Amino acid sequence: MGSRYDRSLVVFSPDGHLFQVEYAIEAVRKGFLVVGVRGNDSIVLGVERKATAKLQDPASVRKIVAIDEQICLGFAGLQADARMLINRARIEAQSYRLTLDEPITVEYLTKYIAGVQQKYTQSGGARPFGISTLVAGFDTAGKPQLYQTDPSGTFSAWKANAIGRNSKTVREFLEKGWKETSGRDTIKACMRALTEAVEAGSKNMEIAVVGPQGGMQILPDSEVDALVEEINADKAAADAARRASASGQ
Amino acid sequence: MDRMDLSCLESAPRSRAAELCPADLMSQSVSGSSFPLPQVQDMDAFQRDAMAYIKPNHGTTTLGFIFEHGVIVAVDSRASSGTYISSQTVKKVIEINPFLLGTMAGGAADCQFWQRNLGMRCRLYELNNNRRISVRAASKLLANTMFSYKGMGLSMGTMIAGYDPTGPALWYVDSDGQRTSGKVFSVGSGSLYAYGVLDNGYKWDMAVEDAIELGQRSIYHATFRDAVSGGTVSVYHVTKDGWTKVRGVDVGQLHYKYYPECDLHPCHGKPPI
Repeated sequence: MGSRYDRSLVVFSPDGHLFQVEYAIEAVRKGFLVVGVRGNDSIVLGVERKATAKLQDPASVRKIVAIDEQICLGFAGLQADARMLINRARIEAQSYRLTLDEPITVEYLTKYIAGVQQKYTQSGGARPFGISTLVAGFDTAGKPQLYQTDPSGTFSAWKANAIGRNSKTVREFLEKGWKETSGRDTIKACMRALTEAVEAGSKNMEIAVVGPQGGMQILPDSEVDALVEEINADKAAADAARRASASGQ
Repeated sequence: MDRMDLSCLESAPRSRAAELCPADLMSQSVSGSSFPLPQVQDMDAFQRDAMAYIKPNHGTTTLGFIFEHGVIVAVDSRASSGTYISSQTVKKVIEINPFLLGTMAGGAADCQFWQRNLGMRCRLYELNNNRRISVRAASKLLANTMFSYKGMGLSMGTMIAGYDPTGPALWYVDSDGQRTSGKVFSVGSGSLYAYGVLDNGYKWDMAVEDAIELGQRSIYHATFRDAVSGGTVSVYHVTKDGWTKVRGVDVGQLHYKYYPECDLHPCHGKPPI
């Protein structure tokens, strides 16, 4: 009976946990996968494409959205919660522009989103947001940046990260093969990571590229399939090279 | 039986505002009747005019310009109330932070307070954003504040000058909420005289020494012709490494430096015709 009441948001558990926040993180782990990879000249966000019902219009289900000209956001978890948070982020970005006559920085926006998420871990009668976000954009010096937030309100910058289901596997894959990339290689790196958990092909994945000129470019299906072909060809070539060197001592 | 004349205690003033003597005013307030207000159509306009009468006349010449090697800011140092010179040693350049300068024209208190307030907000921006604030954003913060007090009697005409990653920057911000970017500005009662000299001598690629001299000369000429500008000329130079104060000369000295002989100046030398 006592442990049931520990699950209230405004009460710590005896061993220092906020169970509601941890359960929210669980909810994120059930959401669809989003992978983000930061290259030298772009950030690539890859999303596991939801299998839409026949009569549903897939274009209305957006997992990567623009916050402002120069910043995009991908989320994993409860879509409805994400919608609310994205709205707040968009308003904050415009308010910043109005007050300072400058575009908002990726870090400032991430700090704001994380701040909103934190506020909801400290008030009674409200539950935390059940989403983690990957915020991608360019800073004023022209360097690409990738940040992640989670339901507890923490945020940090990443070279590459994954959120949602199978994110642990994907992250481990990213850590293993990590190296600095640019241009097309960054896209392929993201797709390779995505393929660890999702079947390759435009039917199951959606790729968005955030470039320095601002805005987010969602790759058309043909482009995605072409890249899948390239990755397979690269892999085959690498395997052949390995086999050749192994057999030829 | 003589009755006391209590007409002055009545709330609706029948006498004209000018004929009220202090005693009446006191008795009115003690008795709790309302303050005798003038019977005018537009009370707001009347109050605005009244404020204009009592506001001391703040004369000033300040100028700023961007050139190839940074930003030059030059100011005088006289404060006046009507024909009384209240100070010859006013600091009209406010050092917001090592890379940002603000000038003072209009109400001294307004300029000083709000620019110090701006300094605080710039510092908070630095702490929150891990980088120095741009001149564009700093001027916008000040302009927002000015606009929110619009119509309430603030008087400030300032130039925010500085250097940030986008290069040298100069913004004019005033208490009407105006905010404009530019290469050359002069603000104050002596600004017209300063513009004459400044516009004549300005070249984008002039040397640093020439630019400093131009700023100094422009202020000198303004102090000569404008009665409410004077004191000392202060010149600041802003580069990517921050600002430095490069000149602080008394305008009287400058006069004799530029015109060592009486005959050299158009105003002097010739006997009256």
